[in-house]
Amino acid sequence: MRGATHAKWAALATAVALAATACGGGDDSGGGGANGTVSSSWGDPQNPLEPANTNEVQGGKVLSMIFRGLKQYDPKTGAANNMLAEKIETTDSTNFTITVKDGWTFSNGEKVTAKSFVDAWNYGAHLKNNQKNAYFFGYIEGYSQVHPDKGEPTAATLSGLKVVNDSTFTVKLSQKFSTFPDTLGYVAFAPLPQAFYDDHAGWLSKPVGNGPYTVDSYAKGSQMVLKKWDGYPGTDKAQNGGITLKVYTDNNTAYTDLTAGNLDLVDDIPASQLKNVSADLGDRYINTPAGIIQTLAFPFYDPAWNKPGQEKLRTGLSMAIDRKQITQTIFQNTRTPAQDWTSPVLGAEGGFKDICAASCVYNPTEAKKLVAEGGGIPGGTMKISYNADTGSHKEWVDAVCNSINRALGNNKACVGNPIGTFADYRNQVTQSKLNGPFRAGWQMDYPLIQNFLQPLYFTGASSNDGKYTNPEFDKLVNQANAETDTTKAVGLFQQAETVLKNDMGAIPLWYQNGSAGYSEQVENVMLNPFSVPVYDQIKVK
Amino acid sequence: MGRYVIRRLLQMIPVFFGATLLIFLMVNVMGDPIAGLCGDRACDPATAAQLQKEFGLDKPVWQQYLIYMGNVFTGDFGTAFNGQPVTELMASAFPVTIRLTIVAIFFEIVIGISLGVLTGLKRGRPVDTTVLLLTLVVLSIPTFVTGLLVQLLLGVKWGWIKPAVSPEAPFNELIVPGLVLASVSLAYVTRLTRTSIAENKRADYVRTAVAKGLPRRRVITRHLLRNSLIPVVTFIGADIGALMGGAIVTERIFNIHGVGYQLYQGIVRQNTQTVVGFVTILVLVFLLANLLVDLLYAVLDPRIRYA
Repeated sequence: MRGATHAKWAALATAVALAATACGGGDDSGGGGANGTVSSSWGDPQNPLEPANTNEVQGGKVLSMIFRGLKQYDPKTGAANNMLAEKIETTDSTNFTITVKDGWTFSNGEKVTAKSFVDAWNYGAHLKNNQKNAYFFGYIEGYSQVHPDKGEPTAATLSGLKVVNDSTFTVKLSQKFSTFPDTLGYVAFAPLPQAFYDDHAGWLSKPVGNGPYTVDSYAKGSQMVLKKWDGYPGTDKAQNGGITLKVYTDNNTAYTDLTAGNLDLVDDIPASQLKNVSADLGDRYINTPAGIIQTLAFPFYDPAWNKPGQEKLRTGLSMAIDRKQITQTIFQNTRTPAQDWTSPVLGAEGGFKDICAASCVYNPTEAKKLVAEGGGIPGGTMKISYNADTGSHKEWVDAVCNSINRALGNNKACVGNPIGTFADYRNQVTQSKLNGPFRAGWQMDYPLIQNFLQPLYFTGASSNDGKYTNPEFDKLVNQANAETDTTKAVGLFQQAETVLKNDMGAIPLWYQNGSAGYSEQVENVMLNPFSVPVYDQIKVK
Repeated sequence: MGRYVIRRLLQMIPVFFGATLLIFLMVNVMGDPIAGLCGDRACDPATAAQLQKEFGLDKPVWQQYLIYMGNVFTGDFGTAFNGQPVTELMASAFPVTIRLTIVAIFFEIVIGISLGVLTGLKRGRPVDTTVLLLTLVVLSIPTFVTGLLVQLLLGVKWGWIKPAVSPEAPFNELIVPGLVLASVSLAYVTRLTRTSIAENKRADYVRTAVAKGLPRRRVITRHLLRNSLIPVVTFIGADIGALMGGAIVTERIFNIHGVGYQLYQGIVRQNTQTVVGFVTILVLVFLLANLLVDLLYAVLDPRIRYA
């Protein structure tokens, strides 16, 4: 039969084609040892790759490889150690003198000087450059002139920054901020070479920095190849020959590629694979705490949620949430029930302490009592808003609502309120349109207790989306910032946190862990407190 | 013929404007995309205002649309939020998706039509029943299930293919994803061809051809198949557009950086420029594919003429 012959041919063609595919590929041939290359999963960065413009993890990964700043956070302890800074001196917590180490250059040969920092910070702060991290320079004097809330800038540079000589510059802050030096490890404070200003477009297509790696090639949206920079003057030289960052359309595919042996490192295990990850990877699965906390914020701008005595209601709701069960069943222990408003990565010295105590422990009877004493849920039903497009927010919001409903013995007490996209969600949050609790998350910029409290709960602060306000809290934060003794400063921040606890300004839910998996070809893989892999320490077998 | 083509091309203009306007409005209805750019914290108002100005989002929607369309005619499709021109995204995404579509259409034509002819001629026989059952199975399984299953078996368990396609996406790596993408349409093509062949088998002209003593092969290819292909060609033509736009699922599973991926990113980030740009091109592809199908009718059946 003729038709049959056709079908046979088609089948044969398919088989041949399949065989051809199997033989194709084979692009990874980096070799082993110190010159071996590591392939790692990556997501398409949302913004152009500039230090002061990168506020998400994907772009941050690259910058952490090609830049070194004045300070560097220890990948294990999170402590801020001097990197390019010889010394940072102050007597009054307002005026700082920073000395830059000698002998550092950018990978294009330019010397790193005090000017490299001052120019970069001025660039980052200036309104016309549209830098999304500009507010990091908000503590420096003259910020409101180069970055006014409204209208045109009246100055081109920050008046608080002065170059003294090639290796020294001074910073004057507009308020006391004793832990300011410890913030300088954040990537927004990285130095920039002259090439950045001379050929901005060229720099963006192939960024040049002063870190242990250089960008070898960058195909936007698909992959970036980073090579070890042999002339790197720092002590944390790369232990491998290079890193290839591959953009994946879906982290499930990246995980599949890892299990098939085509990829060395996945730094975001998809939630759906958490059940299999131990069987698939064994001890090549990393699950370590990161400086990320998830909370439920309240709309204090809504009169219904801002009545005296409602702190009892909020505390009651907190006690109605069975954090332990939710982190176990929904997150497979990749989250840890929260005990305060900071993160365990700070350590006891940095200010992590069980401040929430009983108020964050599941206790249905007490919860029911407190909610009733606090006047009950406004309107009888509360909606927890979240964005439904990314993360598995729906699952845990539903679980939290179930837990609250069960504890209160009322099926209508709590429902989830999904919002289509992240952008739309953020719109509604920033415009104060939500009239019930909403999901809030905070990933630290630097491992300081200040970073967990001030931006989120200080009156009028940049990320105080619920508009929480308490003069006592503000006073203690200001005192803590002015305190030069770190231990005392941390103590004052903890007092402020106690004020927050008594108000239950936001319900702490859980701390998020970083989760990653790696192949048998590599070793010495770890995640830093920001849940970013420490790429330069990875060794290829 | 020439006049017909011109008339059809002119008809495309209102469709084109209507479609782009609709997409523009739909994306805009979702609100201000700048809020999503700053992550889990609020953009400071000054920077947000500055960014809105840069992306032209501070103007009323109708003005944005007019400016956008004006730019499109000069070949400027705007800039994505990561600073890349949309035309650059298109230049990298469309070739990949076109290759994927070619693979899928190839399988549809070769496997779909062959199986259709085979079953149409042997209606009611075991071969026919088996293929019908198989197509039923394929039709009832969603693409993402087929895709993930194929990826797991061929990519991880047996190691015949790489589970993820490399950024260059050459043809040989696209065979399996293309087959997955084509699977549902392939089943439709098989069934359409089968019905059409079975119907035309008893037509007078086929009987005449057989009575004239023409060789069986010639009867089937020249007389029977050619006349039976009209509904199939219509389907495949419409499918070209559907495959290109609907590749989102397949492209996500196999890590193909094509149109589907860019559209998905654009929608999630509410990047009007990306979404409208890509959909505009897809609308054009769809319209042209339909025109091509209509013109093919005349080739297949000379009785059809265009005025």
